[in-house]
Amino acid sequence: MTTSQISPQTEVRTNGLDDYIAVLGVAEIEELRTLAKRIEGRSVQMVNSTALGGGVAEMLNRIVPLMQELNLPIRWDVITGGEDFFAVTKAFHNALHGEAYTLPDDSFKIFLAYNEQNRARLKFDTDFTVIHDPQPAALIDARQGHTGHWIWRCHIDLSQPNLRVWDFLAPFVNRYDGAIFSSPSFARKLPIPQYLFFPSIDPLSEKNRELSPEYVRETLERFHIDPRRPIVTQISRFDRLKDPLGVVRAWQIAKRYNDSQLVLAGGGASDDPEGEAVLAEVREAAGKDPDIHILDLPPWSALEINALQRGSTIIVQKSLREGFGLTVTEGLWKKKPVIASAVGGIPNQVIHKQTGMLAHSIEGTAYQIRFLLSNPHIALRLGERGYEHVRENFLITSNVRRWLTLFLHLVRGE
Amino acid sequence: MRAKEPFVFSTASSVVRIGNESAGCLAELEHGIAQCSDASIFHHTFQSLGHHHFLQEGFSNDFAQWVLAACNRPMLAERLASIDIRDYVNLADLRNDLRRMVGEYCQENPREASQGAFETFYFCETIEETAPLGREAWTLEEFHDGLGGLSHAAMQFHLLTSRLRLHLQTSDFSRWISKELGCKSLAQKIDQIDLYTNTLDGARDSIARLVDLELGR
Repeated sequence: MTTSQISPQTEVRTNGLDDYIAVLGVAEIEELRTLAKRIEGRSVQMVNSTALGGGVAEMLNRIVPLMQELNLPIRWDVITGGEDFFAVTKAFHNALHGEAYTLPDDSFKIFLAYNEQNRARLKFDTDFTVIHDPQPAALIDARQGHTGHWIWRCHIDLSQPNLRVWDFLAPFVNRYDGAIFSSPSFARKLPIPQYLFFPSIDPLSEKNRELSPEYVRETLERFHIDPRRPIVTQISRFDRLKDPLGVVRAWQIAKRYNDSQLVLAGGGASDDPEGEAVLAEVREAAGKDPDIHILDLPPWSALEINALQRGSTIIVQKSLREGFGLTVTEGLWKKKPVIASAVGGIPNQVIHKQTGMLAHSIEGTAYQIRFLLSNPHIALRLGERGYEHVRENFLITSNVRRWLTLFLHLVRGE
Repeated sequence: MRAKEPFVFSTASSVVRIGNESAGCLAELEHGIAQCSDASIFHHTFQSLGHHHFLQEGFSNDFAQWVLAACNRPMLAERLASIDIRDYVNLADLRNDLRRMVGEYCQENPREASQGAFETFYFCETIEETAPLGREAWTLEEFHDGLGGLSHAAMQFHLLTSRLRLHLQTSDFSRWISKELGCKSLAQKIDQIDLYTNTLDGARDSIARLVDLELGR
């Protein structure tokens, strides 16, 4: 499969390791094979709570076939549970992000009962067992009598958890051989080793692969955006934590001095009452300004988002709170100058004045928009460095390498 | 000329371990630098330079970058950035110099020492696993051929972190070329390639050109 100038109509298929050579070169891919050979015969099991939807399933859908191609026997198991279980784990999720936990004490029993059910149903006989996120965390009980290594991969921000939930989960987590977090700022002080695995993007996916300039232009025109004038874009759900109103205000300040259009594109308004309210507020703030384009996109808009990012002059991510911020990664990958808030995992990606610009306020964001619109040579350089930063650290192949290295490290410690 | 011992092309792959120490101000940074592991000093200096090799101006190490971007202290950032890790063959000396610079600044500017930074600095460690690539060079020609197939990680391993392994101010490449092939001048020229102003790809191209010249090509 070629990686350049693919038409949007190209049939999507799973990419093999060799497909990534066009992006990374032969040496990088060959090294994955060299590393994998050193743990040949060792088996891996990944366990999470959903096969479809969500970032973890998306990542496993891509990582598992690549590991298979590296001759690692790998199995992906999905835990099952009733609505009561997932109501509890959703409340856990929110509580671990710092919200109140209002479910009764019985909810912990529901959590344990379903984990026990899955422990009895699934087989745990691999050299490396990787449990993703809190939902199956209590499966560590299955470790008894097995010699393999157990790792807990936490994809959420645990920096300020609700202690009622965390105090319940911590005794399980502390029995793993290690925990993996997406940013040092998401981790907690634990008695077990903690590792840093950045989330990653797939450079060959619909959202990130090369597009023809014609397709990018057509997409912009389809949304009534003028491709000949500068475009400032934020791709995000219509969510208050993404501060779309702040983006509108920052752009309005910058617009007084530099001509540009603003694109706010994302989803979440149709299936989320709060998203609908935020979208209404953004529309009100935008007024009748024809240079503000608010696009409520359906979930299957990966190609359109790709084109909007590629057609942009500047990408903004003015979040008030953020996970890792993969929309930033996507913008950097497209060689765009990115202005982003210094929250969550963003400072790992945006090294201030090197791979992008960090901002801490509406005024600061406005200033950086003006600065980059007035200094296109600096914008260009930031974009190029941002691309290299992603290429080195935030691609799916980097993640495969991290897994192999961690497994090697664990084997060496046996 | 054929070497007595071959050059063994290897690579290093790393994962990052998150430490339990962090710093929210310059005084805490000084304390963290004093207390953290050698693997942490390595991570924020040697490893960081290698991982950011594509930043050819204004990036030196994580400490300098944090002092500039999160503390807005350009004078200290400049001093920290001036540290050239190629001058160090052990991490203890590097740690001492980093700590001294931050400590002196905190003493001279006690109010700034405790001022909160925009973002927290998290001390991390590099865990490195090395692996031979299954390729060897016995001659300069074979070395040239092998060089072309090296990844960034392999380049970093042989060119930069070799100093700590060898405890010498040189690279694996220069050492082998000098010791095994007797090409001291070529080895010296390779050591002069500036990794602060070159990407790893650029450094590889420069070495290949120097070898070509040595071979009369």
